[in-house]
Amino acid sequence: MNTVTTPPSSLPAGGPAQAHGPRLAGDLAIWFFILAELLAFGVFFAAYAFARAKNIELFAAEQAALNRNAGALNTVLLLTASYFVVRAVQAAEAQASRQCANWLGGAILTGLGFIVVKLSEYAAAFEHNISLSSSTFHMFYLSLTFFHFMHVILGLVILIAMWNGARQGRYRPGEMNGLETGAAYWHMVDLVWLILFPLVYVIH
Amino acid sequence: MSARMHGTPRGSTILFATLILATVATWGMGSLGVTGTWGVAILAAISFWKGAVVILDFMALRHAPLLWRAITMGWIIVVWALIAIAYIKGLAQ
Repeated sequence: MNTVTTPPSSLPAGGPAQAHGPRLAGDLAIWFFILAELLAFGVFFAAYAFARAKNIELFAAEQAALNRNAGALNTVLLLTASYFVVRAVQAAEAQASRQCANWLGGAILTGLGFIVVKLSEYAAAFEHNISLSSSTFHMFYLSLTFFHFMHVILGLVILIAMWNGARQGRYRPGEMNGLETGAAYWHMVDLVWLILFPLVYVIH
Repeated sequence: MSARMHGTPRGSTILFATLILATVATWGMGSLGVTGTWGVAILAAISFWKGAVVILDFMALRHAPLLWRAITMGWIIVVWALIAIAYIKGLAQ
Protein backbone atom coordinates (compact mmCIF):
# COMPACT_ATOMS: atom_id res chain seq x y z
CA MET A 1 0.00 0.00 0.00
CA ASN A 2 1.38 3.29 -1.04
CA THR A 3 1.73 6.09 1.45
CA VAL A 4 1.20 9.57 0.11
CA THR A 5 3.78 11.97 1.50
CA THR A 6 4.15 15.65 0.88
CA PRO A 7 7.51 16.52 -0.64
CA PRO A 8 9.36 19.28 1.24
CA SER A 9 9.38 21.45 -1.86
CA SER A 10 5.61 21.77 -1.80
CA LEU A 11 5.41 22.97 1.78
CA PRO A 12 4.24 26.56 2.00
CA ALA A 13 7.40 27.89 3.61
CA GLY A 14 6.76 31.34 4.90
CA GLY A 15 3.04 30.70 4.84
CA PRO A 16 0.83 30.80 7.87
CA ALA A 17 3.26 30.56 10.76
CA GLN A 18 1.06 28.46 12.94
CA ALA A 19 0.75 25.83 10.23
CA HIS A 20 4.34 24.76 11.01
CA GLY A 21 4.94 26.09 14.50
CA PRO A 22 7.81 28.43 15.33
CA ARG A 23 10.77 28.31 12.95
CA LEU A 24 13.83 30.34 12.04
CA ALA A 25 13.73 32.03 8.66
CA GLY A 26 16.65 30.77 6.60
CA ASP A 27 19.55 28.47 7.28
CA LEU A 28 20.52 27.71 10.88
CA ALA A 29 24.21 28.34 10.07
CA ILE A 30 23.54 31.99 9.11
CA TRP A 31 21.96 32.56 12.52
CA PHE A 32 25.08 31.39 14.33
CA PHE A 33 27.07 33.68 12.03
CA ILE A 34 24.68 36.54 12.82
CA LEU A 35 25.06 35.92 16.56
CA ALA A 36 28.85 36.07 16.24
CA GLU A 37 28.58 39.34 14.30
CA LEU A 38 26.17 40.84 16.82
CA LEU A 39 28.50 39.90 19.64
CA ALA A 40 31.47 41.55 17.90
CA PHE A 41 29.52 44.75 17.20
CA GLY A 42 28.13 44.71 20.75
CA VAL A 43 31.65 44.67 22.20
CA PHE A 44 32.63 47.49 19.83
CA PHE A 45 29.61 49.59 20.87
CA ALA A 46 30.30 49.08 24.58
CA ALA A 47 33.97 49.95 24.10
CA TYR A 48 32.99 53.17 22.30
CA ALA A 49 30.45 54.11 24.98
CA PHE A 50 32.88 53.58 27.89
CA ALA A 51 35.75 55.32 26.05
CA ARG A 52 33.41 58.27 25.48
CA ALA A 53 32.53 58.33 29.19
CA LYS A 54 36.21 59.03 29.93
CA ASN A 55 36.61 61.70 27.21
CA ILE A 56 33.23 63.46 27.09
CA GLU A 57 34.52 66.85 25.86
CA LEU A 58 36.84 65.41 23.20
CA PHE A 59 34.14 63.09 21.85
CA ALA A 60 31.52 65.90 21.83
CA ALA A 61 33.81 68.29 19.95
CA GLU A 62 34.81 65.80 17.27
CA GLN A 63 31.37 64.27 17.00
CA ALA A 64 30.00 67.77 16.24
CA ALA A 65 32.17 67.82 13.10
CA LEU A 66 30.57 64.65 11.72
CA ASN A 67 28.08 64.93 8.88
CA ARG A 68 24.90 63.98 10.74
CA ASN A 69 22.81 64.53 7.59
CA ALA A 70 24.85 61.90 5.77
CA GLY A 71 24.40 59.52 8.71
CA ALA A 72 20.63 60.06 8.73
CA LEU A 73 20.46 59.65 4.95
CA ASN A 74 22.33 56.37 5.24
CA THR A 75 19.88 55.20 7.91
CA VAL A 76 16.99 55.92 5.53
CA LEU A 77 18.81 54.10 2.70
CA LEU A 78 19.48 50.98 4.81
CA LEU A 79 15.94 50.91 6.19
CA THR A 80 14.58 51.26 2.65
CA ALA A 81 16.80 48.43 1.43
CA SER A 82 15.60 46.26 4.32
CA TYR A 83 11.98 47.06 3.49
CA PHE A 84 12.61 46.16 -0.17
CA VAL A 85 14.13 42.84 0.94
CA VAL A 86 11.04 42.11 3.07
CA ARG A 87 8.82 42.85 0.04
CA ALA A 88 11.02 40.57 -2.10
CA VAL A 89 10.51 37.70 0.36
CA GLN A 90 6.77 38.37 0.44
CA ALA A 91 6.71 38.41 -3.38
CA ALA A 92 8.49 35.03 -3.49
CA GLU A 93 5.96 33.68 -0.99
CA ALA A 94 3.26 34.83 -3.41
CA GLN A 95 5.08 33.06 -6.28
CA ALA A 96 5.81 36.38 -8.00
CA SER A 97 9.45 35.84 -9.07
CA ARG A 98 9.62 38.90 -11.28
CA GLN A 99 8.39 41.18 -8.50
CA CYS A 100 10.81 39.48 -6.11
CA ALA A 101 13.70 40.30 -8.48
CA ASN A 102 12.47 43.89 -8.86
CA TRP A 103 12.33 44.44 -5.09
CA LEU A 104 15.81 42.97 -4.72
CA GLY A 105 17.01 45.27 -7.51
CA GLY A 106 15.66 48.20 -5.51
CA ALA A 107 17.45 46.94 -2.39
CA ILE A 108 20.73 46.71 -4.33
CA LEU A 109 20.37 50.28 -5.60
CA THR A 110 19.62 51.70 -2.16
CA GLY A 111 22.51 49.66 -0.71
CA LEU A 112 24.79 51.16 -3.36
CA GLY A 113 23.45 54.57 -2.32
CA PHE A 114 24.73 53.84 1.21
CA ILE A 115 28.18 53.04 -0.21
CA VAL A 116 28.28 56.31 -2.19
CA VAL A 117 27.27 58.42 0.82
CA LYS A 118 29.72 56.64 3.11
CA LEU A 119 32.59 57.02 0.62
CA SER A 120 31.87 60.74 0.33
CA GLU A 121 32.01 60.95 4.14
CA TYR A 122 35.36 59.15 4.19
CA ALA A 123 36.69 61.40 1.41
CA ALA A 124 35.76 64.48 3.44
CA ALA A 125 37.42 63.02 6.55
CA PHE A 126 40.63 62.17 4.70
CA GLU A 127 40.71 65.68 3.20
CA HIS A 128 40.94 66.93 6.78
CA ASN A 129 43.79 64.49 7.43
CA ILE A 130 41.64 62.43 9.78
CA SER A 131 43.06 58.98 10.38
CA LEU A 132 42.89 56.16 12.92
CA SER A 133 45.64 57.84 14.93
CA SER A 134 44.06 61.33 14.94
CA SER A 135 42.23 60.78 18.23
CA THR A 136 40.41 58.14 20.26
CA PHE A 137 37.11 59.32 18.77
CA HIS A 138 38.34 59.07 15.19
CA MET A 139 39.87 55.66 15.87
CA PHE A 140 36.43 54.45 16.94
CA TYR A 141 34.56 56.38 14.22
CA LEU A 142 36.72 55.05 11.37
CA SER A 143 37.09 51.49 12.61
CA LEU A 144 33.44 51.05 13.63
CA THR A 145 31.99 52.54 10.45
CA PHE A 146 34.52 50.76 8.21
CA PHE A 147 33.84 47.42 9.91
CA HIS A 148 30.16 48.01 9.18
CA PHE A 149 30.94 49.26 5.65
CA MET A 150 32.62 45.91 4.86
CA HIS A 151 29.47 44.12 6.00
CA VAL A 152 27.37 46.28 3.67
CA ILE A 153 29.63 45.29 0.76
CA LEU A 154 29.26 41.59 1.61
CA GLY A 155 25.51 42.13 2.00
CA LEU A 156 25.37 43.67 -1.47
CA VAL A 157 27.20 40.68 -2.96
CA ILE A 158 24.60 38.42 -1.33
CA LEU A 159 21.73 40.62 -2.58
CA ILE A 160 23.11 40.45 -6.14
CA ALA A 161 23.27 36.63 -5.91
CA MET A 162 19.68 36.59 -4.61
CA TRP A 163 18.57 38.96 -7.40
CA ASN A 164 20.11 36.61 -9.93
CA GLY A 165 18.35 33.65 -8.30
CA ALA A 166 15.02 35.48 -8.30
CA ARG A 167 15.39 36.29 -12.00
CA GLN A 168 15.81 32.58 -12.64
CA GLY A 169 12.65 31.86 -10.63
CA ARG A 170 14.60 29.96 -7.97
CA TYR A 171 12.52 31.19 -5.00
CA ARG A 172 8.95 30.09 -4.38
CA PRO A 173 6.94 28.56 -1.52
CA GLY A 174 8.91 25.58 -0.26
CA GLU A 175 12.12 26.88 -1.87
CA MET A 176 12.69 29.95 0.30
CA ASN A 177 15.76 28.94 2.28
CA GLY A 178 18.37 30.76 0.17
CA LEU A 179 16.32 33.94 -0.02
CA GLU A 180 15.50 33.94 3.71
CA THR A 181 19.14 33.28 4.60
CA GLY A 182 20.42 36.23 2.58
CA ALA A 183 17.59 38.43 3.84
CA ALA A 184 18.47 37.64 7.49
CA TYR A 185 22.08 38.72 6.86
CA TRP A 186 21.02 41.98 5.22
CA HIS A 187 18.65 42.82 8.08
CA MET A 188 21.51 42.20 10.54
CA VAL A 189 23.59 44.82 8.68
CA ASP A 190 20.65 47.23 9.00
CA LEU A 191 20.09 46.37 12.68
CA VAL A 192 23.70 47.15 13.61
CA TRP A 193 23.55 50.53 11.84
CA LEU A 194 20.40 51.40 13.82
CA ILE A 195 22.57 51.44 16.95
CA LEU A 196 25.73 52.80 15.33
CA PHE A 197 24.01 55.92 13.94
CA PRO A 198 22.55 57.29 17.18
CA LEU A 199 25.54 56.17 19.24
CA VAL A 200 28.28 57.73 17.09
CA TYR A 201 26.47 60.55 15.26
CA VAL A 202 23.75 61.76 17.61
CA ILE A 203 24.16 61.04 21.34
CA HIS A 204 26.40 63.62 22.92
CA MET B 1 -6.28 36.38 8.57
CA SER B 2 -3.59 34.10 9.89
CA ALA B 3 -0.19 35.48 10.86
CA ARG B 4 2.31 35.07 8.03
CA MET B 5 5.99 34.39 8.63
CA HIS B 6 7.14 37.51 6.77
CA GLY B 7 4.10 39.69 7.37
CA THR B 8 1.90 41.31 4.76
CA PRO B 9 2.86 44.03 2.25
CA ARG B 10 0.48 46.47 3.98
CA GLY B 11 1.79 45.69 7.46
CA SER B 12 5.44 46.00 6.46
CA THR B 13 4.77 49.24 4.58
CA ILE B 14 3.21 50.75 7.73
CA LEU B 15 6.19 49.58 9.80
CA PHE B 16 8.61 51.01 7.23
CA ALA B 17 6.84 54.38 7.28
CA THR B 18 7.01 54.55 11.09
CA LEU B 19 10.70 53.56 11.01
CA ILE B 20 11.41 56.43 8.61
CA LEU B 21 9.43 58.86 10.79
CA ALA B 22 11.39 57.67 13.83
CA THR B 23 14.65 58.21 11.93
CA VAL B 24 13.62 61.74 11.00
CA ALA B 25 12.76 62.35 14.67
CA THR B 26 16.19 61.06 15.76
CA TRP B 27 17.94 63.20 13.16
CA GLY B 28 15.85 66.22 14.21
CA MET B 29 16.75 65.74 17.86
CA GLY B 30 20.43 65.58 16.92
CA SER B 31 20.19 68.68 14.70
CA LEU B 32 18.36 70.65 17.39
CA GLY B 33 21.08 69.69 19.85
CA VAL B 34 18.73 67.89 22.20
CA THR B 35 20.85 66.84 25.15
CA GLY B 36 20.36 65.95 28.77
CA THR B 37 19.39 62.65 30.30
CA TRP B 38 15.76 62.78 29.16
CA GLY B 39 16.63 63.74 25.59
CA VAL B 40 19.13 60.92 25.34
CA ALA B 41 16.67 58.51 27.00
CA ILE B 42 13.98 59.34 24.39
CA LEU B 43 16.52 58.98 21.60
CA ALA B 44 17.68 55.62 22.94
CA ALA B 45 14.08 54.42 23.35
CA ILE B 46 13.28 55.31 19.72
CA SER B 47 16.43 53.56 18.52
CA PHE B 48 15.67 50.50 20.65
CA TRP B 49 12.17 50.29 19.19
CA LYS B 50 13.55 50.52 15.64
CA GLY B 51 15.95 47.67 16.35
CA ALA B 52 13.16 45.58 17.88
CA VAL B 53 11.03 46.05 14.73
CA VAL B 54 13.90 44.86 12.53
CA ILE B 55 14.51 41.83 14.79
CA LEU B 56 10.91 40.76 15.29
CA ASP B 57 9.29 41.74 11.99
CA PHE B 58 11.94 42.11 9.26
CA MET B 59 14.08 39.18 10.46
CA ALA B 60 10.83 37.31 11.22
CA LEU B 61 12.03 36.31 14.68
CA ARG B 62 8.51 36.94 15.98
CA HIS B 63 7.74 33.49 14.54
CA ALA B 64 11.04 31.88 15.61
CA PRO B 65 11.54 29.56 18.59
CA LEU B 66 11.53 31.48 21.88
CA LEU B 67 15.26 30.85 22.50
CA TRP B 68 16.31 32.66 19.32
CA ARG B 69 13.94 35.53 19.99
CA ALA B 70 15.28 35.80 23.55
CA ILE B 71 18.91 35.78 22.39
CA THR B 72 18.46 38.50 19.77
CA MET B 73 16.19 40.70 21.88
CA GLY B 74 18.52 40.06 24.82
CA TRP B 75 21.41 41.30 22.70
CA ILE B 76 19.76 44.63 21.92
CA ILE B 77 18.65 45.07 25.54
CA VAL B 78 22.17 44.39 26.86
CA VAL B 79 23.82 46.69 24.28
CA TRP B 80 21.51 49.61 25.09
CA ALA B 81 21.86 48.93 28.83
CA LEU B 82 25.66 49.13 28.51
CA ILE B 83 25.38 52.35 26.50
CA ALA B 84 23.08 53.78 29.21
CA ILE B 85 25.46 52.76 32.02
CA ALA B 86 28.40 54.35 30.16
CA TYR B 87 26.36 57.52 29.55
CA ILE B 88 25.45 57.80 33.25
CA LYS B 89 29.08 57.12 34.17
CA GLY B 90 30.10 59.96 31.85
CA LEU B 91 27.66 62.35 33.54
CA ALA B 92 29.24 61.62 36.91
CA GLN B 93 32.72 62.60 35.69
